[in-house]
Amino acid sequence: MQPIRTIESRTVVIPVTNIDTDQIIPARFLTTTTREGLGKQAFADWRYDANGAVKSDFILNKPEVAGCGVLVAGRNFGCGSSREHAPWALLDFGFRAVISTEIADIFRSNSLKNGLLPIVVDDQTHQWLMNHPGANVKIDLETTTLALPTGATAKFPIEGFARVCLMNGVDELGFLLQQAPAIERYEAARTY
Amino acid sequence: MSAKTLFEKVWEQHQVVPESADTPAVLYIDLHLVHEVTSPQAFSVLRAQNLKVRRPDRVLATMDHSTPTDPDEVFGRVPIKVESAARQVKELEKNCREFGIELHGLDRDTRGIVHVIGPELGATQPGKTIVCGDSHTATHGAFGALAFGIGTTEVGHVLATQCLLQRRPKTLAIEVTGKLRPGVTAKDLILAIIGEIGVSGGTGYVIEYRGSAIEALSMEERMTVCNMSIEAGARAGMIAPDETTFAYLKGRRFAPQGKAWDEAVARWRELKTDPGAQFDRVVSIDASKLEPMISYGTHPGMVVPISGKVPEVANDPVHAKALNYMGLNGGEPMVGKPIQVVFIGSCTNGRLSDLELAAGVLKGRKVASGVRMLVVPGSQQVKREAERLGLDKIFTEAGAQWRESGCSMCIGMNGDTAARGEYAVSTSNRNFEGRQGAGARTLLASPATAAAAAIAGKIADPRAYLPN
Repeated sequence: MQPIRTIESRTVVIPVTNIDTDQIIPARFLTTTTREGLGKQAFADWRYDANGAVKSDFILNKPEVAGCGVLVAGRNFGCGSSREHAPWALLDFGFRAVISTEIADIFRSNSLKNGLLPIVVDDQTHQWLMNHPGANVKIDLETTTLALPTGATAKFPIEGFARVCLMNGVDELGFLLQQAPAIERYEAARTY
Repeated sequence: MSAKTLFEKVWEQHQVVPESADTPAVLYIDLHLVHEVTSPQAFSVLRAQNLKVRRPDRVLATMDHSTPTDPDEVFGRVPIKVESAARQVKELEKNCREFGIELHGLDRDTRGIVHVIGPELGATQPGKTIVCGDSHTATHGAFGALAFGIGTTEVGHVLATQCLLQRRPKTLAIEVTGKLRPGVTAKDLILAIIGEIGVSGGTGYVIEYRGSAIEALSMEERMTVCNMSIEAGARAGMIAPDETTFAYLKGRRFAPQGKAWDEAVARWRELKTDPGAQFDRVVSIDASKLEPMISYGTHPGMVVPISGKVPEVANDPVHAKALNYMGLNGGEPMVGKPIQVVFIGSCTNGRLSDLELAAGVLKGRKVASGVRMLVVPGSQQVKREAERLGLDKIFTEAGAQWRESGCSMCIGMNGDTAARGEYAVSTSNRNFEGRQGAGARTLLASPATAAAAAIAGKIADPRAYLPN
């Protein structure tokens, strides 16, 4: 994984509350055995009509989203299933961060493991972002701060260990494998 | 010793390394359930890094999500129609062979939905930590296990190390007092709870369901309740183990035997929340006030009592979007709305007692013309038991389809779907847009309500159809 320190990008706003993982990537695309190439299926049922034709009025089909790396979504993003295909699809589409007021537990955990930043902000910051699609924002993982083009900033919470892993471009598996002696001791001490 | 909750006891018993400011806890996982959809990429990581599965004896694998429910496809008389699903099945067979994992494969009589077979085989036990690459892993919490869904990267972590890095969640007690009235099921209870606390009300929490109404539930009903914890945003939902739990487990294949059984029961009795233990949040529900519930919108918190109307909410784009997708109008009564599909099954309501409940409603009656009804047992064992009781005959004589086990129409990725615009009364867990097929409209309800809708051809109050 590439180390992540800062992300600076324009935003795309999908002003829908409770966007679940079935919208992010519908289940019928989960019969894949790899993690690559899922971007074309991201939000498939919102991007394409019943005949597979592009819905040109949906934001992700508009030319101005090209190069936008930050998705601003309505409240409570990523609820529903545990499919890691959801962050894989968003990353493959070109997103590097998602901003909402609330992000579901499993989706957040999956995102952190793949370098997609789940950013939870206060209502006021969120409202500003919802009202200003295309705004150029800067996410700083070092200071855990989101900067708006107005100069306003907002701190965001992020689990400390995941943050260090992201900033150093390392994954958690390496750390867990190093715990082997402790795991062996634990297994030996268990009597049942 | 300070008073502890059930969750705290299970958590503390599984800390290989406790959490610190810098690092999450290293949490030991007792049972890892694996299925074909969320595991292939994890096995690929193991291969790429030349890693072994640390404890194949703690892994139980099956196939359920993308597998067909048509017997000809299941038993290989014809190829699996969804080609990519066939590849996933082959991939899991290969991975299990190569990494030495016991697979309850397509042709095995122990196969079924992963959350149905874990308990059925006695692998799900009180006090265990259980994970699976599936959000409905919460089901196993019905036994007093700490059970939660994980992503594929974490599936790889558990395969390689039998551990996960986890921050300790907060605790939410849902106290359910009173007694469910006749015709009101565990499904109605959990739908009412989600309606009450909302689809993100449990985010960041582990739920403990407690109180007299919970204690009165059978194990299968408890599983229905815990199963949908994730629909309220909680990764896990737990119920303290008791005599009902022990009676269910005794004698099952993986349950302890003889002296080990007695020791296990003694240990399990200690798990319940101590008097005076503190939860971060408490919610109270009176079961005796509940009615059969049905969803009207596009998430499981959008529910009303069956006798209710579609809510009228002004100036709410979320509500308006949901009603537009569902083709419903605010103020319209739920009862009487024509439906086209009925699905009975899933890890929420695909167990024997669910099928018995639906069969009790259907017995001697017919599915209305123009309604397609699928009955999909949660496992091959549930299927055999149902057939021994003659339930399959009740379903087929009524005009319903009796299928092989699997997730089927709950997730619509295996060939079983509802068509665009169709209304499907479904005993499953999610009514998200497109969940049961692109454009399909899901109405979540209990097996009794689903069966009543099948007979009436429209949404109906199940209490008019229940046997005495």
